Amino acid sequence: MSALRSLAKLAVITLFFLLAGCSSIKPWVKPYERQNLADPITFFGRDPVADNFLHHVRQAREAARGAEGSAGGGCGCN
Amino acid sequence: MAVINKIKLVGLVFLGLMQAGFSALTLQAAVLPEDRSDILYHRFDGGGVVIDGPSILVRKSFQDTVSISANYYVDNVSSASIDVVTTASEYIEQRIESSMSVEYLRDKTILSVNYTQSDENDYSARSAGFNFTQDFFGDLTTISAGYSQGWDVVGKRGEEDFAEDVSRKQFRFGLTQVLTKNSLIGISWETVTDAGFLNNPYRSVRYLDPTTAVGYTYQSELYPETRTSDAFAIRGMYYLPYRAAIKAEARVFSDTWGITSKNAELSYTHPIGDHWIVDAKIRSYSQTKANFYSDLFESIDAQNFLARDKEMSTFGNDSGGLAVSYEKEINWGIIDRFSVNLSVDYIQFDFEDFRDLSIEGTTVGEEPFYTFDAIVTRFFFSIWY
Amino acid sequence: MKLLHKFVLITFVALMAFASQVEAKKTAAPDFTLKSRDGKNVRLSDLRGQVVLLNFWASWCGPCRQEMPILDEIHNKYKDLGFSVLGVNLDAKSKKAIDYLKDTPVTFPVLYDPKGDVSGQYGVQAMPSTVIIDKDGNVRYLHEGYKSGYEDDYRKQIKTLLRE
Repeated sequence: MSALRSLAKLAVITLFFLLAGCSSIKPWVKPYERQNLADPITFFGRDPVADNFLHHVRQAREAARGAEGSAGGGCGCN
Repeated sequence: MAVINKIKLVGLVFLGLMQAGFSALTLQAAVLPEDRSDILYHRFDGGGVVIDGPSILVRKSFQDTVSISANYYVDNVSSASIDVVTTASEYIEQRIESSMSVEYLRDKTILSVNYTQSDENDYSARSAGFNFTQDFFGDLTTISAGYSQGWDVVGKRGEEDFAEDVSRKQFRFGLTQVLTKNSLIGISWETVTDAGFLNNPYRSVRYLDPTTAVGYTYQSELYPETRTSDAFAIRGMYYLPYRAAIKAEARVFSDTWGITSKNAELSYTHPIGDHWIVDAKIRSYSQTKANFYSDLFESIDAQNFLARDKEMSTFGNDSGGLAVSYEKEINWGIIDRFSVNLSVDYIQFDFEDFRDLSIEGTTVGEEPFYTFDAIVTRFFFSIWY
Repeated sequence: MKLLHKFVLITFVALMAFASQVEAKKTAAPDFTLKSRDGKNVRLSDLRGQVVLLNFWASWCGPCRQEMPILDEIHNKYKDLGFSVLGVNLDAKSKKAIDYLKDTPVTFPVLYDPKGDVSGQYGVQAMPSTVIIDKDGNVRYLHEGYKSGYEDDYRKQIKTLLRE
């Protein structure tokens, strides 16, 4: 459990470094270069209703729960 | 006295929280989810249990600012599972769940709130939560965070006055980073705390009892009143130049009941022509037992806490799945496109310290370890408008 | 004293001129030449004297697609008053844009920038991006992204620039 907490803390620290460093580093993928990332085949949850059901099947039969989603990627529009 | 056991009741309840949280966590960067409706037929068939039913989703956005979705889900359970077969008779029951979510988009931020309720004849669950996602650094980085709260009432058929409470709190955090034009990586962490009546009012543990013919006797299971768990996952995606995508995911889990688990999954998505998409995946899961779990206790009241739920035992499962989808753009009134999809997953469970008591002619404590396989089917239509 | 007054006055006027320039935020729109749908090269400076709405879009971008019919309507409404919408398509494979335009035709000129050279020149930070250029070839307004209601701002700004 403490290993998980440490990993989580590391993730948050990485995030802050990213935030701090972003003024000197410029985004290296331009908004108009995102056609592959905007392709639905790259999404983790292309069909939420079907994906949610499979997650439910697993959760009902496995003791583990959590950390199943992912936000981000996509076309980066707006 | 007939005791009716069930497959994991508590697990079913999580659909509410997890579904609500999960649907928010599959958002794409800085755009609302697409307007769509889906109708799914779902079916789980394995281990003597058949559960099937519909799941219907409708989603609509307004002014590119707000997106509202509603989901209606039914589980029709007919069960002759290992728990049931060894201690009781088959049963049929139904669980109905409905949920609603609202997503609000402003600049690079999406805020969403959701509410879910689930009811069956001896369990009712309510949960509410909110999620927040934020893009920055040229939309290359997305952070997401969310909190949910759940309130359940555990009932017991045959006992009108039986009503125990469970409360649940969940906190999740995720970070996704675009690495190149063709790849991204994400990490997520989720912690869940449950408090209240966490065991199943029907399920029993067994203890050695030489005075009986079979050599053992049952007593009710007894769980601690709290459970806190942490899960940490990493996932990555790579886009292949001929138009295909490969995705990998790994997760570790541990909780205050002594259970630790890990799982890994690899999937491959391959479009064929303009209309067909094929997905293939394999997954492997393994866990260790809860520290108060035993397949056969030494005596009555052997410990403060007692569990013989196979989901709390040491086991692993391996699964493979294949999905085929056909999608076409059409212009029928407001409908822009539709898809038809079929996916089938095969899962094999192997238990290492849960024994199969349905097999005759065995010595107590030396019955073979339980194993079963299941087929999960999902067949659905989607329309976008 | 008189010299000091003159000095203060000149400085003040100079500052005001500078300030008004900063306020107007006029930067010259980088000139470019791109191939259009009918195969001919189109140069931005050829449109000097007209108000131009430059729209950077791609077929894979949802909000871009949503905006296209609206831009077509704006183009047709003001084109006789000395205005044109100029679409700059950023699909890496122009064929995708051609297929999209077959299904969703527009009447305004569409230019192809598959390598993203022009979008780099304009420092495009969001998809879509809309740049409104005045009759003298200066960038006057920039809109990043598209959401319902943006077209009302476009119309107001186009009318303002047409009156200049």
